[in-house]
Formats: sequence, C-alpha cells, structure tokens
Amino acid sequence: MSENLIASTASKARRLTDEEIHEIEHEMELYPDKRAVGLEALKIVQKHQGWVSDESMLAISKFLEIPVSDLESVATFFNLVYRQPVGENVILFCNSVSCWVMGCESMRSHINEELGIDFGQTSEDGKFTFLPVPCLGDCDKAPVMMVGDDLHRNLTQEKINDIILSYKERK
Amino acid sequence: MAKVVIDGVEYEVNPDNNLLQEALSKGLDLPYFCWHPCMGSVGACRQCAVKQYRDSEDTKGSIVMACMTPATDGTMISIDDEQAKDMRERVIESLMISHPHDCPVCEEGGECHLQDMTLMSGHNYRRYDKKKVTHRNQYLGPFINHEMNRCITCYRCVRFYDDYAGGTDLAAQASHHHTYFGRYEEGVLESEFSGNLVEVCPTGVFTDKAFSEHYSRKWDLQTAPSICAGCGTGCNITPGERYGTLRRVVNRYNAEVNGYFICDRGRFGFDYVNSAERIRSPEDIDITQELEKFRDGDAIGIGSPRASMESNFALREFVGESNFYSGLSDIDNEAIQLSLSLGQDSSFRSPSIKEIEAADAVIIIGEDVTNTSPRLALALRQSVRNHATELAKQAQIPAWQDAAVRELAQHERSPLILLTPYATRLDDVASDILVAPPSELVEAAGVIASAISENAPKTDGKRDSATQIADVLLNAKRPLVVAGASAGKIEYIQTAANIARALSEKRNETVDLCLTTPEVNSLGMAMLTNKENSLGIALNQIIQGDARNVIVLENDLYRRAPHSEVAKALEKAESLMVIDQLPTKTTEQASLLLPATAFSEHEATYVNYEGRAQVSFQVHQNKIGALPAWRWLSENPKESISSLSERLQQSSEAFKGIAELRPEISGTVSGMQVPRQSHRYSGRTAMRANVNVHEPKQPVDSESVLSFSMEGIPAAKDATILGAPWSPSWNSNQSITKFQEEVSGDLKQGNTGKALLNRDKSGSYLEIKADTSSSNEGLELALAHQIFGSGELSAKSAAIQKRMVDPYIGLSKEDADSLGLKQGDSVSLDGNGNIAAVVIRNKIKAGTAALYCGENEIDYHALGSSVVLTKAENTFNRGIENLIVSDLYEEGY
Repeated sequence: MSENLIASTASKARRLTDEEIHEIEHEMELYPDKRAVGLEALKIVQKHQGWVSDESMLAISKFLEIPVSDLESVATFFNLVYRQPVGENVILFCNSVSCWVMGCESMRSHINEELGIDFGQTSEDGKFTFLPVPCLGDCDKAPVMMVGDDLHRNLTQEKINDIILSYKERK
Repeated sequence: MAKVVIDGVEYEVNPDNNLLQEALSKGLDLPYFCWHPCMGSVGACRQCAVKQYRDSEDTKGSIVMACMTPATDGTMISIDDEQAKDMRERVIESLMISHPHDCPVCEEGGECHLQDMTLMSGHNYRRYDKKKVTHRNQYLGPFINHEMNRCITCYRCVRFYDDYAGGTDLAAQASHHHTYFGRYEEGVLESEFSGNLVEVCPTGVFTDKAFSEHYSRKWDLQTAPSICAGCGTGCNITPGERYGTLRRVVNRYNAEVNGYFICDRGRFGFDYVNSAERIRSPEDIDITQELEKFRDGDAIGIGSPRASMESNFALREFVGESNFYSGLSDIDNEAIQLSLSLGQDSSFRSPSIKEIEAADAVIIIGEDVTNTSPRLALALRQSVRNHATELAKQAQIPAWQDAAVRELAQHERSPLILLTPYATRLDDVASDILVAPPSELVEAAGVIASAISENAPKTDGKRDSATQIADVLLNAKRPLVVAGASAGKIEYIQTAANIARALSEKRNETVDLCLTTPEVNSLGMAMLTNKENSLGIALNQIIQGDARNVIVLENDLYRRAPHSEVAKALEKAESLMVIDQLPTKTTEQASLLLPATAFSEHEATYVNYEGRAQVSFQVHQNKIGALPAWRWLSENPKESISSLSERLQQSSEAFKGIAELRPEISGTVSGMQVPRQSHRYSGRTAMRANVNVHEPKQPVDSESVLSFSMEGIPAAKDATILGAPWSPSWNSNQSITKFQEEVSGDLKQGNTGKALLNRDKSGSYLEIKADTSSSNEGLELALAHQIFGSGELSAKSAAIQKRMVDPYIGLSKEDADSLGLKQGDSVSLDGNGNIAAVVIRNKIKAGTAALYCGENEIDYHALGSSVVLTKAENTFNRGIENLIVSDLYEEGY
C-alpha cells in the first residue's frame, strides 16, 4: 500500500494565486452565499489562466467549500467558461439568423481556410480558437464576430484578413 | 375538502395537493415523469398536460400542467381532451428524440416507467430519423450502472440524490440537448442511498449493477413481501429470485416505515444468501439422535438478535426460559433492555419513519445514524425541511411546489442538534454540532436535560448553548430525541431518555424518543429474554462447568464478548450445537452444526426499533437442506409456522396480536393461494430442461398463503400480500399508486405491522453512573460503524465487500502528531495484536479514538473505555481508500 492511501480529488487541486484569492474574496463580500460566487470565481480564474483546468476547478471548490460537481454544473452550463485550453485569441463568431442572412457562412469558410480551424478548434500555432455564438447583439452590422474583447462588424473577406493579421502580429 | 371536475365527473379532493397527485389518487391514468410523491412538482417534463376550463361555460379551455396546478375547489379539467392528449403525445415524442431503441437489452425493460408512459401517451411511431445525441457513460462504483443515452432529462435523479438525500457528487451538467447527469469525474457514488436512483429514474439511465451480473426480467422473478435484515429499522423490501438464487432487492412500500426508499446496505447486502460458503446439512450422522443429547434438560441456549421471533422462541422452548440467554454483548444487552423498558414508558412515543420526518426539532446523542440505521438518517434529513414548509405556508406556497419552497427557504432549516464523537454525514444539515469524546457528550446531554427541567439529575459542568438548545426543544411543535444501542454506550440512551422525560414533563405530553436497534430482531430477542440472562453469565456458567450442553442460535459469539473468554467457554462445552447460515469463528467449534435458512428462505416475524412486529414471507426455497432454525428445534416436525407463532402469542401478553399478522388462507379469494410468480413468468417448463426434460411438479407451500406458482389470485387490488406491484398499463414500481388509498397513503387492505409495546408504565429519571473505569492513559474510545461492513451478514455480500474498508481508528491531528502517526499508518491497540489503520480527521477532538472494528477483526469487547496506540507494521487487506468521511485531514489544507 502506497503512501497515497486515501484516494482524494483534493490532492490534484492547484493553489489559487494570491491575486485570484483576492478577487474571489472581494466577490464573496457581495453575495450572501458562497455558492453564488461560483460563477464569478470561474470567471476570475479564467481571466488569469485563460481557461479553467480540472486543477483549478478543484481549487475553487476547496476554496469556496462547495461541491466540485455543483461548480461543474455551472461551468458546463455556460459556453464561455472554457474547460479546455483555448488559443491566445478566441474568435466568437455569430452564426445566428441575421448574420446568416448576411452571409456569415462564407466568412466562416474563409476563416476556416485562412487559419485551418473550424468551430471548436484551436489553430496549430495556438493563436486562435474559433467558436460559434448565438448572437452578439449587433445585428444591424451583421455579419459580426468578436476577437478577444474587440467587436468586428460588417465582416468581409478582406476585413477578416486584416483582423487576423493584426492579431497575429500582436505580442 | 374541495370539489374538482375531471372529464365531467365530480371528485372530492384535498385542495392542498396538485391536480396530478389527486388524479392519481382517484385511480385515473395521467402520464408524468418529473413529479414524485416524495419530491413534489417542478414542472420540468411537461408530460402531465391537461385542459383546464374557467367554468362550465368555457368550451375552449387552456392547457396547464396538472402537477403545477392546485386542486382548488371548483377546478374543471379534462384529461381526455383531444388537444391535451395531442400535447402529451408530442411532449413524449420530443423527450424520446434521442432515446435509444434498446429496450430488449435494457435492464429497465418490462418495468420501465418511460415504456408505460410512451404507450399511455399514444406515441407509437417515431418520426425523427436523424442522428441522435449520444453521451459517454461513467463508472459510478460497484452499485450503479450508467447509460446516459437513455436519459429524458426529467431531473428526478439529482432531485432525489442532491435535494432529498443530500448527496454532493451527482449533478446536472451542460444544457439543452446535451444535458448530462453524472459525477464531476468517474468514481463511486458517495451517497448511502444511491441505489434508489435505480427506482427513481423513470428509465434505464441508472440500473442495479449487482443485479446486472445475474439479470432477470421483473416478470421472471419470484417475489414475496419481505423485511430487510440489514439493521433494526425493519424496512419493507421485495427480494426477487430466479433459478434458485436471489437476484435483487427493491423497495416495498410501507406508508409508516420506509415509504419509497431504502438504503444501499439493504439493497445490495443480500447476496450472502447465494454464497457458496453456506453451511450444508451434515451427512453420516443421525441428526435426530444428536439433537436428543441436548434434550436432557440442562442445555443452555443463546439467542440471536438476527434470528426471527419464531426461532428465538423455539430455542427458548427447547431449553426452558431460565436457560435461554441473550445473544448480545453484555453492554448491548443492557442497552437494549433499557430501550425496551423505555419503549413501555407512557412518557414517550417511539416514532415511525413517517413521524420522524414530521419532527421540527431533533437532538441526536452519540448515534451515527447514517451508518447504523441509514433509513432513519434519510428521514432525519427530511425533518429539517419542516421549517421550509412552514415558511412556504406563510407565503402561501403549496408544499408540493418543490423548487419554489427550496428557493424561498434557502438555508433556513428546522433545528437538528448533534452530539457526536466524530463528524457524521448529517453534519451538513445540523444547526448545532458538538464533537467531543463520549464522556463529554454524556455530560453535555446531562446539562441540556437539566436546562430543560430542574428535576432532571444534576450534572456537573456548564454549557452556554444548553439553555438555547433547551428552548429550541421546548418550543418546537414536535421535538424528537434520538439515541441508540449501536455506540456501545448506555449513557447515551440514559441521557437521551432524561432529555425526553424533561421535555415530556415540561410540555405535559408524550415526547418522541427514537432508540435505534442494531439488528433486525434486537428488540424482539430482548423481549424473549430475561433481563438477567446475559451472555456474560452464560459464558461464565459454561466455563465453570455448570452448563455442559450449549446451543447457539444464528450468532457468532466472537462478536459479542472478548475473544479469549468465548474461546475458553466454547472449548469447555461438552457439546456445542450451532445453527447458522454461514461459517463463523463460532461454527468452527461446533460439535453439531446445522444449516439455517436465510431471511428470504423462510417466513418469519421480526420486531424493529419501534417495537413493530412485521412478517417477512418466504421468497424461495433453500435447496441445500437448510431449515428455519425453529424447525430444527421443534419437537413436532410437522408443526407449522402459524401454530408456532400461535404458541408464541400465548406465551405472554407482550406478544398479543403477533399471530394475526399472517393473513389466513380463508381470507383470500376463494381460498386460493397468492402466487409468488407473475402471470408472465416464463420458461417454467423449460427451466430445468438441461437436467431433465420432464417438468417437475411445482413445490407446494402448504403453510403459507403464498404459492410457488404463477397460478392463483394475484394480490391485484388487495395489497395485503403485495410483493411486486403491477397494474394494467403500469408495469414499473410507479404502479404503487394503484394500490394506495391515496398517493402516499396506506396500501389498500395492506397492514403496516403490529405495535407490540404497550406504553402503560411510568418511569423516572435515570441516574448516570460516573465512568470509573476510564484511566487517564490513552485515548477515549468511541465505537464507530460503517454502513458497508458493520452489518454481519450484509458484509458477506459481494457488492458490499467492494465498498468495505479495513478496521480503522479515527484520530485528531494533534493526537496523531504526538504519537508520531501519519494518515494510513497501522497501529496496534493496547499492544494486543489488534491492528487498525490510522485515519486523521479534522473535526475529531483530541483525546478521542473513533474505532471501527471491520468484520470483527478487532477484539472490541476486550478493550476498555480507553486505548493505548502504538505504531505497528503496515498490514492491509482492503485499505481505507473506500472510506467516505467529510473531514479527512489532508496535508496542506
């Protein structure tokens, strides 16, 4: 029998950084119930780590003293909580009705050709992850997409080339 | 009462209920999934759509969900309305979009609520021919299979597992068409009630894994109404047999006892019945002649808390009342005898599970209910919700509006006060928890009793919270005091009784005092035993040579007394007859070893913790020559169980009514027996074709009202002897509503057992003896139990064994450090060769050693009230990986 006699998920938890703890503690002051802080904590960790790993999930669960399965319920409910690593820039590409009318499908194939990735995939250089979203609330300027925090409107193939280039060049 | 019109027929209904529940109570067929009688409504599945009309002028009406609509006076609805029917058909079509067409290989098939509802809703052609959503399944431990593709997202599983049973490791994940019900990662489902998922899930997502290994359809199982032998709660169960082996156990509804749920020890702990180790009939000896040797008049008999009333009584008749001794350890005997006398005290009432759920303030003293009487722990967990129901009432929200009531209540709960030597699995719903060594708990409980009434025995010490706790208990509508005999500490029961008596005195009414019993017939055996006839005295007599011939009934004495003393006595006995089911250390020393039938192989009466006598019927025949223990001991080999129980009834006023628990054959339709096999029981003529092409005659059961056959008059609408429920269109366990007077009411004509204890004696406060035996050396012992492992027989079951752990000793970090011990080290107890693993727990107080004895691997009765630990060589069998506790110490946290 090895030293690790007692199976425990907690041994796989990573340590939250001081910064993360500080921000989560701030959120805790704003809610009456620690359970309610779960989503904020996931967002905070994602902000710092880029995504939410299993180790992070366990760390948050430990820190907030809520079951990890409850946290997973929240994390998997929201598409924008990333439970897998994503590229440096996440492209949120709207493919709902207005953008579809305005030809988003050809934009999608263009991105696919340019970066070699389709929905749910990350480019080989780790620069981009390509995800669909139902609406970005900017239908009058369709087709639209977000890259990181920036919204790009009235997309054309040329515009997309420029956008991709500008993010590729960013350090 | 309110009047509701359903399809033009007027019904008297209870306006506090919803329309679905009332429709089902009236025997109407209305499909549903997410609603459950114990869990209320959430309106998740949209299956119970009906048409509601404003008044008799309204011809258009509107569609409502019956489960979400109160049965208010004057409500007019239609179930038969074409639009409502169409809606229900379309709802189930959409629920079924991704449901696989795998009924033939699905274990739910034939008792599937989804199958029933699909037919009832009229959805019999699938239009969807696209790709279905599929999921990955998880490994969920040795009890439960996971097949997520079958899920129709009714949310019943998480509503039972999390909301009702307090589990934390099963959750709904993701959303819309890829909603997934599972664990965070693969692993054992931690809840002690996980097995109920099998029955709660309306389809085959969660199925019984132990049953999978020797699966049979529901209609092919031979069943009978039975009682769980796992602990002293007396839950009603339906075991099913096929081809001579016991295949599975499911819940059997009893309105007052277990209701709709049982624990995992009960569901998965029966497999020892099929064990290859079962004791067989001795060959080459004349048993009758051997038995004669014990009839010389001076033989002594040692009874058993896990043997039936009949068997214990037969032994008492065989050896004579004065030679019949308790089969409990001396300390347990004292505790059970005290429980028995408190059970006759007019100041108290022993609450049924239904009554426990109604308590609105609970105090538990020393008993780890989750591990000793698990079903009671599930009931206690419901009791804390009474405050939520109260709040909902004030807010005019009906109690069945489950999500609304929970949302309103948030963390508001009725008080549950725990006095415990170590953290328990009820801590998450407790309002006050005192974790302390046993002696301190007794003292604290004494202070509480004094705070309630000045007449309670004076106790040293002072506790700030005592007055507060006293107030909580005094001001509650229905307070409940819980203790039990499992902890091996009679003082817990004494102080619990004092608290209850103080409450009774101040409130001027009878107070609920629940004293758990560890084994299926602990209380029954105690009723048959003279208080003074303890096992210690019996062993002493044997050692002294005063008793030469000894009969041990279904009992391993090594679990009941110090091993050296038992060994000495059994060696000394000239002849030792042991009647048991499985080999034990005691059977090894028997000069005459006779095989006894297991709980499913005989008809018998057991008395539970409340003093409720219940009959467990024979499910199947034993084929290896075992007989009910009473039959071996009977002078008249032709005596029937009814005649024996008649004699038992006549032996004492205390057993009045016990013989009437058995329905008489003359009471059944045309005097025909009730079949144990279903109408559809298949292959009877071919079952043994591999041995002989001639079909053997069906065995005849001349003693019971049940027959080993598919012919006869089934229990149908008469639930007196209801094994497995069936009703036209209702093949799953949900058909139980067809047998109830109303939803969650009593079974039609079904009985719920017989209360044996008359509460006609007056009692007084009990003096608690100061513990003089404890030395200052070592740590104070607290006996701990495990749901999987502490039950002697269930621990022999394959599924249970996969969840068991080695004996362990729970310590505080402080004590572990000072002894130089690390998590998982081995220690020797008092240096006498008993080895236990170290489990360091965060919440345990320094000075306490919580000892779990495993399968009697620890000579517990040889230990004093404190124990000295020394590090020992690691010797592990199972290890302690399977241990589930909430406060395990982890380095760095």
